[in-house]
Amino acid sequence: MRNFFRNSPTEAILLIVLAVVCLILTVATDQFLTLVNLANLLNASAINIIFAVGLVVVLIAGGIDISFAVAASVVQYVTVYVLAYFGGGNWLLGFLIAGSLGIGLGLINAFLIHYFRIISIVVTIATFNAFFGLLMFITSGRYLYNLPDWWTTRIILVEHQTASGRWAELTLPVAVMVVASIATWFLIRMTTTGRQLYAFGDNPEGARRVGINVAAMQAIAFGWAGMMAGIAGLMQVNFVQEVVPNALMGRELDVLAAVVLGGARLGGGKGSVLGCILGVMLIAIIQNGLNLLGISPFAFKMIVGAFILIAITLSNISFANFNFGRRT
Amino acid sequence: MTASPPAIHFEHITKTFGGVTALDDVSLTVLPGEVHCLAGENGCGKSTIIKIITGVYQPDAGAEMEIFGHKLSAITPTIARKLGIDVIWQDLALFPQMSVAENIAFEAVLGNVPRVVRHSKMRDKASEVLQRLGVNLDLEAPLHTLSVAERQIVAVGRALVGEAKLVFMDEPTASLTKSETDKLLNIVDKLSADGVAVVFVSHRLAEVLKISSRVTVLRDGKLVGVYGTEGMTQSRLTELMTGHTFDSVVAAQDRNDAPTVLEVKNLSRRGEFKNIDLTIRAGEIVGVTGLIGAGRTELGHALFGMSRPDSGEITINGAPVRFRSNRDAIACGVAYVSEDRLTLGLVQPQSIADNIVLPVLDKILDKLGLFSAAKKEKTVHAWINDLAVKIGHPDDPITTLSGGNQQRIVLAKWLATKPKLLILDSPTVGVDVGARAGIFEIVRKLASEGLAILMITDEIPEAYYNSDRVIHMSGGEFTGEYDPRTSTIHQIEEAVFA
Repeated sequence: MRNFFRNSPTEAILLIVLAVVCLILTVATDQFLTLVNLANLLNASAINIIFAVGLVVVLIAGGIDISFAVAASVVQYVTVYVLAYFGGGNWLLGFLIAGSLGIGLGLINAFLIHYFRIISIVVTIATFNAFFGLLMFITSGRYLYNLPDWWTTRIILVEHQTASGRWAELTLPVAVMVVASIATWFLIRMTTTGRQLYAFGDNPEGARRVGINVAAMQAIAFGWAGMMAGIAGLMQVNFVQEVVPNALMGRELDVLAAVVLGGARLGGGKGSVLGCILGVMLIAIIQNGLNLLGISPFAFKMIVGAFILIAITLSNISFANFNFGRRT
Repeated sequence: MTASPPAIHFEHITKTFGGVTALDDVSLTVLPGEVHCLAGENGCGKSTIIKIITGVYQPDAGAEMEIFGHKLSAITPTIARKLGIDVIWQDLALFPQMSVAENIAFEAVLGNVPRVVRHSKMRDKASEVLQRLGVNLDLEAPLHTLSVAERQIVAVGRALVGEAKLVFMDEPTASLTKSETDKLLNIVDKLSADGVAVVFVSHRLAEVLKISSRVTVLRDGKLVGVYGTEGMTQSRLTELMTGHTFDSVVAAQDRNDAPTVLEVKNLSRRGEFKNIDLTIRAGEIVGVTGLIGAGRTELGHALFGMSRPDSGEITINGAPVRFRSNRDAIACGVAYVSEDRLTLGLVQPQSIADNIVLPVLDKILDKLGLFSAAKKEKTVHAWINDLAVKIGHPDDPITTLSGGNQQRIVLAKWLATKPKLLILDSPTVGVDVGARAGIFEIVRKLASEGLAILMITDEIPEAYYNSDRVIHMSGGEFTGEYDPRTSTIHQIEEAVFA
């Protein structure tokens, strides 16, 4: 426990803030702590968590990615056409196509960053515009509704009828989110490659000196973020049952905020899957709570913004500055 | 039984960069388990030779290189590491966010083929190495929470995990305090007893003589010679390194009739210093020495308005002052040059001239309040002449200057604010012998022009030879005052290290 607080101060603070928020909402509203509401919260947050665990790998490796959300939109469109070519396809084919397309788009970022030595924020702002512009140009902003049935059918994994007669359901994106989280956790915590990613983000020159393959690090980080973005795109179509070119616009900043809230450092070398989940959930729960409390939706962004500032301030002043007696 | 081959046997090493000869027919032999020192001023070729041995640079044709009996025609970083050579770089190649254990046993996660990490195995390996070094560190602590000295130990640990048989330490003690240095030197002794050869590069000559058995001296890229440290003195070694003799003469003078610039009465700040009484007169240099944690730097910060004392009075030129920030202090004529400001206090890509005028931009405006190029030029020329800085052109980038000259520029930068009181915190950390003498020359010249100077230093000889009075600080209090003309350096050393 002491180790958790010292080595993951952000996650620890976030957990406390989350608990306090949940407690307040439980007391203030009678709908927050119901199975139906919690299940809906999870269903709605699953896609952002999938995005987040992809993005956190890039942040750990010392980069940043602005383009992943529009990349997911590109993946959605291309997947529709590739699936049509295969005569409809199925889930397995869907995952393969969306995942590989996502990796491909991520590798474009990695290539530009590594070979032309351009910093990642500039590259991904450029690819963000290029991907989105190309998508709008080619599709003329057309929506797609004519999708394979397997893709748009809601798949319910667990269901439970509550006393009030309403159904609490967990859907496919939640399961995919769990798998994505475990896979990412395994990659960054348990493999040598993952530790190299942390080292590379932490001290790139030091990493180069001990013989870490820098090009591979960029490719793995952005490839992983791309793959997760592709899969998140696939899940988002399942959730909304349509493909809209600008549906995911702006999502990149929401996810980035959640991941940074979860303790990832923009300077690299720090970040965790637990932090991603907590960051996304905290924002989702606050929005949910504001909804239940009947507060104007126009105030949401402002309040969420304030919360992000408070939580990040708390985690920054928490333990690091209380090293009394240690010479700095 | 034949004697084991030398760890390193290099001959005829020459290295030219473009038209510049960095090394000219240098040879270096290091015996197994020996502590060998590489001495010389900045730019003498020490770093170049380390980079050649570790495979970063290739020497020019004609070099003969032998490592542990293996004749080599070329060295790459991989070959060097395979043969057991490791360097602890000055700017440590460690990972600040990672744990101590991972930093030490980092080798376990190297390689291009992904494997599952065995965290417990890495911890065991790290703890085994730390035990071998006889040090206790929290294996789970993130590295950035450690002191610089502890990080050095982690770096040594990493070298040992790699089964290093020869470790280079490039200025390992430059940023360490006296007690931390002793700890590190103990570890060097232990390594040597274990049969690991250590090549030590340091500007602190006392340390060099204490720790190493032989010293190779380089000057301007040429080999001066290899000497045993038995019977070698600091002044002899300085002479070999620089080619000049420096006489250490007590420079103290009596300033009792000069007007008082700084008067401090009963100054205290909880947990840092207490009951400090201090008077510094115009033209006086007061040295404050003592062990780390004695509150010296904290006192300097308080006098510069960076922290607020709990009680007591500060009077400058007869007027009581109360600083809310260091801007107030600068306005009252206090300048503070910290140790990192001497090395980091320059805006590197900018020109020499731009660096000098940086703190006084608001004083070189013309009548319309716009930046005046003519006033800037005047200010820059005045300081460059005054401090005898050797430069090409004021518009050259600051990086074209040597370390010693860069430090003169830093001083110029702060002197341009026209201070009455100058606080120097560890002014010679990381500066080589020749340049040190230059810095003190400037400091004394400034004092003779009426500047009051408070000099905080770890190096007792520095305080002894260059101050008018030496104050010993311990546990936050002034515990002794010495006049260099009537005390010996040993009296001060005994008081400090007792």
